[in-house]
Amino acid sequence: MNSVENQSRRHFLAGSSLVIGFALAPKAMALSGKTSLAQGAKTDQKQLNAFVIVSPDNTVTVLSKHLEMGQGPYTGLTQLVAEELDADWSQMRATASPADDTIYANNVFGMQGTGGSTAIANSYEQFRRAGATAKAMLVAAAAARWQVPTNSLKVVGGIVSDPASNRQATYGELAEDAAMLTPPTDVKLKDPADFTIIGAKKTRLDTPDKTDGKALFTLDHYPDNVLVAVVARAPYFNASVKRVDDKKARKIKGVVDIKPVSQGVAVFAEDTWSALQAKATLDIEWDTSNAEQRSSDEIIADYREQMKKTGFEATKRGDVAGLAARDDLEVIEAEFIFPYLAHAPMETLDAVLQKNEDGSITCFNGAQFPGQDKQAISEITGVPAENVHMEIQLAGGSFGRRAQFGSPYMREAAEVFKASGMQRPVKHLHTREDDIQGGFYRPLFIHKIKGYLDSNGEIVGWDQVIAGQPLMKKDELDETSVEGASDLPYKIENLNVFSHNTTAKVPVLWWRSVGHTHTGFVVEAFLDELLQKAGKDPIDGRLALLPKESREAGVLKAVAKLIKDKPLAQGRQRGIAVHKSFSTYVAEVADVSVGEDGCPRVHNVYVAVDCGVAVNPDTIRAQMEGGVGFGLGAILFDEIELDEGGKVRQSNFHDYRSLRINEMPHVEVDVVMSGESPTGVGEPGVPPIGPAVANAWRRLTGKPVRRLPINRYEKA
Amino acid sequence: MIAFTLNNQTIQFDGDPKTPLLWVIRDRAGLTGTKYGCGISQCGACTVHVNGMTKRSCVTPVSTIADQRVTTIEGVDGKEANAIHTAWIETDVPQCGYCQSGQVMSAVALLKQKPNPTDEDIDGAMAGNICRCATYQRIRQAIHTAAQQMEESE
Repeated sequence: MNSVENQSRRHFLAGSSLVIGFALAPKAMALSGKTSLAQGAKTDQKQLNAFVIVSPDNTVTVLSKHLEMGQGPYTGLTQLVAEELDADWSQMRATASPADDTIYANNVFGMQGTGGSTAIANSYEQFRRAGATAKAMLVAAAAARWQVPTNSLKVVGGIVSDPASNRQATYGELAEDAAMLTPPTDVKLKDPADFTIIGAKKTRLDTPDKTDGKALFTLDHYPDNVLVAVVARAPYFNASVKRVDDKKARKIKGVVDIKPVSQGVAVFAEDTWSALQAKATLDIEWDTSNAEQRSSDEIIADYREQMKKTGFEATKRGDVAGLAARDDLEVIEAEFIFPYLAHAPMETLDAVLQKNEDGSITCFNGAQFPGQDKQAISEITGVPAENVHMEIQLAGGSFGRRAQFGSPYMREAAEVFKASGMQRPVKHLHTREDDIQGGFYRPLFIHKIKGYLDSNGEIVGWDQVIAGQPLMKKDELDETSVEGASDLPYKIENLNVFSHNTTAKVPVLWWRSVGHTHTGFVVEAFLDELLQKAGKDPIDGRLALLPKESREAGVLKAVAKLIKDKPLAQGRQRGIAVHKSFSTYVAEVADVSVGEDGCPRVHNVYVAVDCGVAVNPDTIRAQMEGGVGFGLGAILFDEIELDEGGKVRQSNFHDYRSLRINEMPHVEVDVVMSGESPTGVGEPGVPPIGPAVANAWRRLTGKPVRRLPINRYEKA
Repeated sequence: MIAFTLNNQTIQFDGDPKTPLLWVIRDRAGLTGTKYGCGISQCGACTVHVNGMTKRSCVTPVSTIADQRVTTIEGVDGKEANAIHTAWIETDVPQCGYCQSGQVMSAVALLKQKPNPTDEDIDGAMAGNICRCATYQRIRQAIHTAAQQMEESE
């Protein structure tokens, strides 16, 4: 290996291809000795490839191409690197990578992006390879320094040693030499049997800073002379400003300017309170002539009309139509209604934008699709994309909200920034009301379904029609509307799944687990109902319909084992559901009673999850616990409703409820041992909780759940 | 002019007396650990201590805390705070982390009142703090762990 002639050039290894480029201005390292989250000041670090930086202080920083919005990729990806690097865990740090749709592409999406529970799945080999490559370079640097062959050296805990001569060097001491070397392309990865860091419980690297208030989110950036901007938006979709009277607002101390923007009226102020007050004082008349003016009830009525026609075919096997002619079958029919849902992450949407002295723009944001955001800012401000720097921040949750093709919220932030004149940095803040009423909801969906039972209680037919706004394809079958139903794992001879793309002027978006939020519910609730009708056990009945070696069967058996010695308390019922989403298999059992208010009270939830190789088992457990709590809150409480005229009724956490600690069930998780490639865990914990609770509820009350949220429509 | 103590420092605020304490802490004092979540006292992300008691700073006009002692996540200390911080890390409570300053402040105040809280005490003290990631099980566990650790170190 040779050193590089031009020391200002660095090597980047992205995937298996070598990319030579200038150093990506390495950001922001280490606040203090105790923190493992690299945010803040700079040090003299050496970047060994696109993902690994080794500093003279012997810390190793992994550049995460995935946004840390709570699901733990900073730690999981760092484990992948540390494993192959043979580093000591205490020297590992993590931070966000720069924005680059090529070097930092999600290998599933083909651009940089976080979502679809892909962070570990698409990085498993890439980040291990980055670790192995960096290790090879560090070892080669030691070999060159000591003039010995590389294979005579040993690495333990980030220290390279030469047993023959008793010499040793830390990675930090070797970093500078190693950075001059050409990265090898043929590194060998470890046998999983030799893993010591992958599969181990490692406390998340971001936990200490998230416990003492040091963790920085977008809103925590206060550049000098920053302006705060808020936008007054219509509580209707697709409305525009007809008339605005801002006289009173302009008189509020601290208000700097008020400008119209596409989304409404932007207020710029010296501080947040002045901006919020001015926004509240604006007198705006909205033009709703092009707005969505239907109420939720009217939208539902329209969808039902459309469902009378034939939709797009998603799955067709056997002869469902032929079953209707038979008189020996019992037919069970149902309609399920799912409301619009807001994501409501704790941190509302936001962005901090500033123009630098050289004319470039820096944007601080917890960006889920940072390459797209960069492009959006460029298009709106006219500053070339290569001069737009994304400083990717921790995000205070997302659940899908920050993942938007075309970057609508970043376009708004950029437009607001442009309207300000771009002379001062601008912090653009959505209020909680903006968040709840701002659309980009999980779409409202209706399912109509028929099940056919023969005289032996066998399910011989399944006829499902789905209707809702599509997320991806407007004019053909949209996979995100039917995923989880069209790939029904149960052996049912005659199966139809059809889907309608409906239209409404309500912007919609993926919401943690996307189509599975409703398909998983219908499949698992309706199947359970059929099994009960046929007098079958919910677990054995499912197992009989599943291929023996299927991973669905595996998690069902695992959860059955988990509940075996846990008798059900009096007055409670158990409901079960199993669902695959994002290639991860999850079975959940919920113990439920009827609360004093006539609503479900969920006491315990047992979870078995098969996500292949468990990179960080405790994070997997945490995501299952969180998925259960997040999903449970939604199915019990949540609905975004359009009132007559199309106005959004809900506005904040008082009427768009979140699960609270006193409503959180005890969750026990079994992570099934597996040698399969790892798959994601951010979303798959969500789909089964709804049907598990609904199935328990039906057994408790005799009432099948047909419309969500349960506490509003299905009280005992 | 309104004066109050913020983490043992005197703050003098000459702006609108109706300004919520949250924005004085963040925009003026530059302490960013205390978060905005809802602005209507529903989520608890903005929880601070005023004279040792929890307060939702997003709905607390700064005029009402004149001459009082405000503590934020950056300034909270003592054996309860230490025990909570340690237990939070051991239990790996946070996910996105945005609500956690508020959770920690509520938990520390609880332990000051009740060094050995029951599950019901925890429900009562913590139900005002929303965590959209639903880290509640670990919050409960960490509070019990912290209480136990405090008892053992006595």
